[in-house]
Amino acid sequence: MNNPKNLKYAKTHEWVKMIDDSTALIGITNFAQDALGDIVFVNLPEPGDSCELETSFADIESVKAVSDILSPFTATVSEINEAVIDSPELINSDPYGTWLIKVENITDQRELLDVSAYELVCETEE
Amino acid sequence: MELKTPLYEKHVESGGKIVPFAGYLLPVQYESGVINEHMSVRTKAGLFDVSHMGEVYYTGKDALANINMLLTNDFTNMKIGQVRYSPMCNEEGGVLDDLLVYKVGEDEYLIVVNAGNRFKDVKWMKQKLFGDVTFTDRSDKIAQIALQGPAAPGILAKVADKPSIPIKYYTFIDNANVGGISCLVSRTGYTGELGYEIYVAAENAVKIWDLLIEAGRDFGLIPCGLGARDTLRLEAGMPLYGHEMDETISPLETGLDFGVKMNKADFIGKKGIEAKLPLTRKRVGLKITGRGIVREHEKVYCGNKSVGYTTSGTHCPYFKKALAMAILEIDYTEPGTALEVDVRGRRIPVEIIELPFYKRD
Repeated sequence: MNNPKNLKYAKTHEWVKMIDDSTALIGITNFAQDALGDIVFVNLPEPGDSCELETSFADIESVKAVSDILSPFTATVSEINEAVIDSPELINSDPYGTWLIKVENITDQRELLDVSAYELVCETEE
Repeated sequence: MELKTPLYEKHVESGGKIVPFAGYLLPVQYESGVINEHMSVRTKAGLFDVSHMGEVYYTGKDALANINMLLTNDFTNMKIGQVRYSPMCNEEGGVLDDLLVYKVGEDEYLIVVNAGNRFKDVKWMKQKLFGDVTFTDRSDKIAQIALQGPAAPGILAKVADKPSIPIKYYTFIDNANVGGISCLVSRTGYTGELGYEIYVAAENAVKIWDLLIEAGRDFGLIPCGLGARDTLRLEAGMPLYGHEMDETISPLETGLDFGVKMNKADFIGKKGIEAKLPLTRKRVGLKITGRGIVREHEKVYCGNKSVGYTTSGTHCPYFKKALAMAILEIDYTEPGTALEVDVRGRRIPVEIIELPFYKRD
């Protein structure tokens, strides 16, 4: 699967779609879903919760393991994707169409990579 | 350094995701994933490389006396061609390993041990030898392939003649002919399904694997990894060493009463097991009634009181539900009891239910 060029990536395998300077969608990459295997449970924050830079805002459980998802931003959660709570397997089948949370009021962000830099990260981890 | 089973190249070739496990490099899953592999075993068939398991032999006129002293089960009335499960305990009555005993000859027994315990077991077994007996560790010369699932008999019948296929559960055929290759075929398994475990000389492992994969094509047989092996055994309520059993747990606490013969004159661990009676804790099944997945080593609470810990747990594909096993104080082990498990700081409601979770029709 190709990683979309219009997204930004964290080296911890989250993708970010900037809507404007202070609003974004966050999901996990194809590399991440493939490494996790069959995803069976997702625990998301509530709208209104704050998330902090490089700390866990959600956990995703596959049959094999649980994995923390790190926030690329310090921001406020404005919306969560309810569909993914009912059907966690959407992350496996469509990682880039399946966002986890929408954030607003971004006050801090980590270094984000473009697709070619991110793919180099994946290559070194394989 | 991790060892490779004779089938390692096969797993890589077939797209297996290789992980280190019990000193071996083994596939945790293939491309279709754990859930698909799990369901294939429940509805059709799956093929597992379990060559990491250890095989040791006891031979000689005191072989029976040795294993009757070493193990908690009683092997006295066993017939050639039968298999018997048994825990092996330390003097304190804690479980050193759980294993299968095959009576292959009048004075000859094959014992199959867990890979992770092999060197510990071999050392212990050698220390305890007495009388006229020869002990041989043949683990590195023997491969083991498990063919499991409702389609397993149909698949095996395509490549083995009738006298080579054991009919009854917990029996085996030695020197069976599978596609012209000599094997030991055992009607046993670790999935809760009908199936076979096939022991073969390491150099013939790839041949048997290919033969079965080919014979199973029309039956929907797929190769399965360690991930599905674990979800299948958990769903079937089968204990796993290092989880529901260890050196501090009595086999009776795990609920292995059928493999512990307390009326046997003597065996290693008998006094230790007796000292823990009546039981103060035991293994239970947990249904996760709240949202989330409970895994191993999580504390179980009744209100603010810690009443035990989980030993295994995951999402079980057949039920599409999270299930777990736990060892709990005896007062909290009644089916229907509502408790909570602390999962990374979050309390998840659970309910005690009967084991096994899954039983085939």
